[in-house]
Amino acid sequence: MIWFVAALVGMAAVAWGFRFAGQAVTGNAPKFRDMPYGVAYGYVLGVAVLAWLVWAYTQGRSPDQAIANKFFFLRIAIEGFIIFAIAAWLFRLLGRSVGTSGTKKLFRSMPLTASFGILTILIYAIFALFAGVIAPYGQEQIIPGVAANVIPGGDPTLGGNPDFPLGTDQIGRDILSRLIYGAQNTVGIAFATTVLAFLLGGTFGFLAATLGGWLDQLLSRTVDVLMAIPSLIFALLLMTIASVWAPELGIPLTVFMVVIIAVIDSTRVYRLARAVGQNIVVMDYIEAAKLRGEGLGYLVFKEILPNATAPLLAEFGLRFCFVFLTIAALSFLGVGIQPPLADWGTMVRDLGGFVNFAQFAPMAATAPLLAAGAIALLTVAVNFVVDWMLQKSSGLKE
Amino acid sequence: MGNVLTIILQRLTLGLLTLLIVSIVIFVAVNLLPGDFAQSILGQGATPEAVASIREDLGLDQPMVTRYFDWLGGVLRGDLGTSFAQANFASFTGTDSGATTVAQQIAPRFANTMFLAMITAIIAVPFSIFLGVLAALYRNTVFDRATNIFTLSSISSPEFFLAYILILFLAVLNPIFPSLSNIFEGMPFGERVEKSMLPALTLTLVVTAHMMRMTRAAIINLLASPYIEMARLKGLSPMRVIVKHALPNALAPIINVIALNLAYLITGVVVVEVVFVYPGIGQLFVDSVKIRDIPVVQACCLIFATAFILLNLTADIMSILSNPRLRHPK
Amino acid sequence: MSEEILVKMRDVWLEGRSDETWNPIINGVDLTLKKGEVLGLIGESGAGKSTLGLAAMGYTRDGVRISKGSVEFDGIDLLTASAAVKRELLGKRIAYVAQSAAASFNPAHKLMDQHVEGPVQHGVMSKSDSEEDGMELYRKLRLPNPDQIGFRYPHQVSGGQLQRCMTAMAMSCRPDLIIFDEPTTALDVTTQIEVLASIRDIVEQFNTAAIYITHDLAVVAQMADTIKVLLKGDEVETADTRTMLSAPTQEYTKSLWAVRSFERPQKPAVQTGSVPVVSVQNVDASYGTVPVLHDVSFDMHEGRTVAVVGESGSGKSTTARCITGLLPPKAGQILVDGEVMPPDYRKRSKDQLRQVQMIYQMADTALNPRMSIGQIIARPVEFYLGLKGAEKRKRVDALLEQIELEPSQYYHRLPSELSGGQKQRIGIARALAAEPKFIICDEVTSALDQLVAEGILRLLARLQDELSLTYMFITHDLATVRAIADEVVVMKDGRVVEQGPKTEMFTPPHHAYTDLLLSSVPQMDPDWLTNLLAERGVDNIGDAAVDKM
Repeated sequence: MIWFVAALVGMAAVAWGFRFAGQAVTGNAPKFRDMPYGVAYGYVLGVAVLAWLVWAYTQGRSPDQAIANKFFFLRIAIEGFIIFAIAAWLFRLLGRSVGTSGTKKLFRSMPLTASFGILTILIYAIFALFAGVIAPYGQEQIIPGVAANVIPGGDPTLGGNPDFPLGTDQIGRDILSRLIYGAQNTVGIAFATTVLAFLLGGTFGFLAATLGGWLDQLLSRTVDVLMAIPSLIFALLLMTIASVWAPELGIPLTVFMVVIIAVIDSTRVYRLARAVGQNIVVMDYIEAAKLRGEGLGYLVFKEILPNATAPLLAEFGLRFCFVFLTIAALSFLGVGIQPPLADWGTMVRDLGGFVNFAQFAPMAATAPLLAAGAIALLTVAVNFVVDWMLQKSSGLKE
Repeated sequence: MGNVLTIILQRLTLGLLTLLIVSIVIFVAVNLLPGDFAQSILGQGATPEAVASIREDLGLDQPMVTRYFDWLGGVLRGDLGTSFAQANFASFTGTDSGATTVAQQIAPRFANTMFLAMITAIIAVPFSIFLGVLAALYRNTVFDRATNIFTLSSISSPEFFLAYILILFLAVLNPIFPSLSNIFEGMPFGERVEKSMLPALTLTLVVTAHMMRMTRAAIINLLASPYIEMARLKGLSPMRVIVKHALPNALAPIINVIALNLAYLITGVVVVEVVFVYPGIGQLFVDSVKIRDIPVVQACCLIFATAFILLNLTADIMSILSNPRLRHPK
Repeated sequence: MSEEILVKMRDVWLEGRSDETWNPIINGVDLTLKKGEVLGLIGESGAGKSTLGLAAMGYTRDGVRISKGSVEFDGIDLLTASAAVKRELLGKRIAYVAQSAAASFNPAHKLMDQHVEGPVQHGVMSKSDSEEDGMELYRKLRLPNPDQIGFRYPHQVSGGQLQRCMTAMAMSCRPDLIIFDEPTTALDVTTQIEVLASIRDIVEQFNTAAIYITHDLAVVAQMADTIKVLLKGDEVETADTRTMLSAPTQEYTKSLWAVRSFERPQKPAVQTGSVPVVSVQNVDASYGTVPVLHDVSFDMHEGRTVAVVGESGSGKSTTARCITGLLPPKAGQILVDGEVMPPDYRKRSKDQLRQVQMIYQMADTALNPRMSIGQIIARPVEFYLGLKGAEKRKRVDALLEQIELEPSQYYHRLPSELSGGQKQRIGIARALAAEPKFIICDEVTSALDQLVAEGILRLLARLQDELSLTYMFITHDLATVRAIADEVVVMKDGRVVEQGPKTEMFTPPHHAYTDLLLSSVPQMDPDWLTNLLAERGVDNIGDAAVDKM
């Protein structure tokens, strides 16, 4: 702690020296002359952080196993970051040279974050579609002759098994396979839920915007009330009730979950669709169409919808993330996607304890982090793409 | 001022009305359960006589409207009913407090959650507003881009991922904070803070990202307004432009950002409490959901919703109060 | 006037960032301003005049940079000066008056607090001295209640008054140079005049040099000693005001001047007893409970253009909404060809809807950005006339030819690929496609540059002659009225104040309001403002004149 403060103070002095040196060397160029002290400090701080990361990385490669273990995760993170950045860069390069002129143009102005996002989404899609081919075992397959609870990491001295790099679960299923199947289940269910939420929210939102009057009032007030309850809390409440109903009606609880989250989330979609719709409805070309005597169908499908696709697409990405995280949270809490389906949220809960092994068996600790990271990586990717789309459509250069 | 008062009164009434309707929604939702509480308490094998007698005891033979008003009246007096799983629960937490009612059960946990939320707010609010303003002032620089990537990532990550990352680095690899937050009544303040640190930091990460992005957007919006350009063209120092011209107008959006994110905390708290086994209301809620302890679920839901509505209402009223157009009517 | 040079800009190049590249805004313009001189900077939108004006202060907005050239103020190089040196100049020796006073005053502080900020921060005056001086300036600028108005918040003061408060604020340190960036563009004509008069007086009184940026030639003629004309970032010509007005040398400048000369002869009066195409009879209308129209009546006859004029809020557009049926009137009726229309457009038959078409002010929002030009024009052709396939295409091509756009070239384009004037033409084609008798033109030229606007006016005039259309021309611009109208209806506060043939309306005696409105429209004559002020008397301009009625 003391060292930390001392470093900060030391950097303050370095920053002052840096600015002074800059002024002297460049002959008082405007860049250094008008540089606020805070900015100089920022530069020094940035350099210090970079230097520390490099140092930490070399520590992660240290021959001393104890030290290497300690910095193992940081090393993985840095390597991962660099690999992803290179992959994204290559992918953008590919996009710029292959495809139609339209897609080439798209890739030309694309930031690295967005191309990373698109690449990641593609990879997830491949895993989700071909999970059966890629995964070494079935998601529900209890492999004969293999013990349950094999420790992740594949190190036999610690109770692992190299054939099962992420170990097996309490009834002897391969965790790696379940992780791969998780892409299918978790992502697939979240996607279906989002589509449902959009159908519900979008339809009602546009109807409210176009028709207005009492229908708009009724729908909007209902949505206001539903949105006054925090969504995760509301979902948990409804899931409690659903868990009683599900066996009674013989419908899987997962179906209830899809419907419940879709309904809760459709309120947000409704708000956006209505706002977008209202912005379009006040346009003169809608007035012109109304005065021409056009019917409701023509107005909604020909005049309003084509102009609402961009914001709705961006919203779809955001809502997907939200739904995905909600489902993961519910599963993590044990009331979401039900076994035997493999699901990342549930896996994190089941494997969470392995994090405590990090110091002596770093590989074992990666298992829960991989499941949680799989969730995070996809939402980050989608968010990056959405962020780029929003910035593109708003035309803001900020 | 009369103008502002009317608007605020309107908002307050509207907030209360929403709260009332929300309570109806929660009550009705719970009453949509098949069978009834009596059946749930006694299980499938209960004799019809026993069920009928419990029904009478709990007033379940009354019509729904009557029951709703009984329940609401109880809530207003602080009586949240009796937990189904009282006995189970005591063993669950290991703290047999001898609590007999839902209210008694919730009260200490509610205080714990508030404590956690407060620590988070104390760290997160100044930190994120500072960073947000910095990012807005130095937008499009490397600093801004880096924070953008960082905040987007932490918004996108599930709370439990952030929690495990923090456990990994701050509890397992570098034992700075304990990874279990088993706080209890009568614990010294310092130890309590230390034990709450990891959950608080996790929540801080999530909330900071949101708050920072919103602050940044609000400030950029503000800095683009012609009166800021005017202030610059009057030759005022950058400090004065920010303090005198930007801040008074930034207050409303920033207060709004804070209130909205504190409201967001409420949802985040549930998962984080479970990860760290923090004995707050969120964990109680999840446990009750799992064992279908309806009165507790109902009560927790109402408390969460109330906090959520109140915070949103505060945001609303604060932004009205800080609007000079409304404060000084024509 | 001293001959000393105050501002010297040499070969200034400015670039703006969009789509990840730097695009030129100003290409090597020189500018010289002597002490006490007023330079008028005119050009159409996109000419780069505001950017150049700000560059004269050594300031560029975000996303704009000075790529080449030098800017000197009183011998100080503004491009290499340190931030501190520039701050010392800004506000104290160089001041700025923005287009929108309402947006440029900080809503959180009182006017006077913002007024004294400059002098106090720059150490020119103490707070109390500056406050007193502020009141004095307010008095000079003929603001009502000069002793109290400074203690109000910006939103409590009207637009015209705010603009004068901003001029006072710019004057607070007695700068050597003030940049006026379109200070009257957002104001109504009757308000504009008082702001113009007070700006001119105070600039003269303190012998302040000024750069006056505007797109309005008539305005700049009143204010400037010298005029510089810009076109797409290039300087066209510079000359002193009288020379520039009487003998412009460049083609572009001449064409700008010529716009004002387009004037259609008025058509002969209609025969008494003929049925008007559209008749508005005793219409009252309100938005919710707020009444906006009171007993509005006028007729529009075949082949004529009726200009409905008035300032914002006078009820011009509301009248149009009543005619189209978007806002059903509370009382009174609308007749088309002698037939009473149902008040609500939803109750009107397809053919009744077809008869009344509309052209909008903002062509951008009037055309669906996701439909091609062909689709936009084809829809009414198909909807009303039932044409399909090749026949439909033929009709659309004919319409495109009518609006002077090559069909093969434009049919498949999207609105975003067209210029403002072309978009407005598509709006006209869409209206024509319905083969209507009557078209409402709602401020159709006010969003366009003068040259383009003139093209639209000529097109509309030609179409009227060919198809004997009837136009209702809503506008606040009397130059447009003079150019195209046969009859004029003057509206104020939701009532018709005066109506009659154009020639009668433009010759006295007028109703008092019409008189005020007409006389407030700036003329190209550089002496117009002076003469007008002499005629009205100093105390009788603007606010005071309106209040007296």
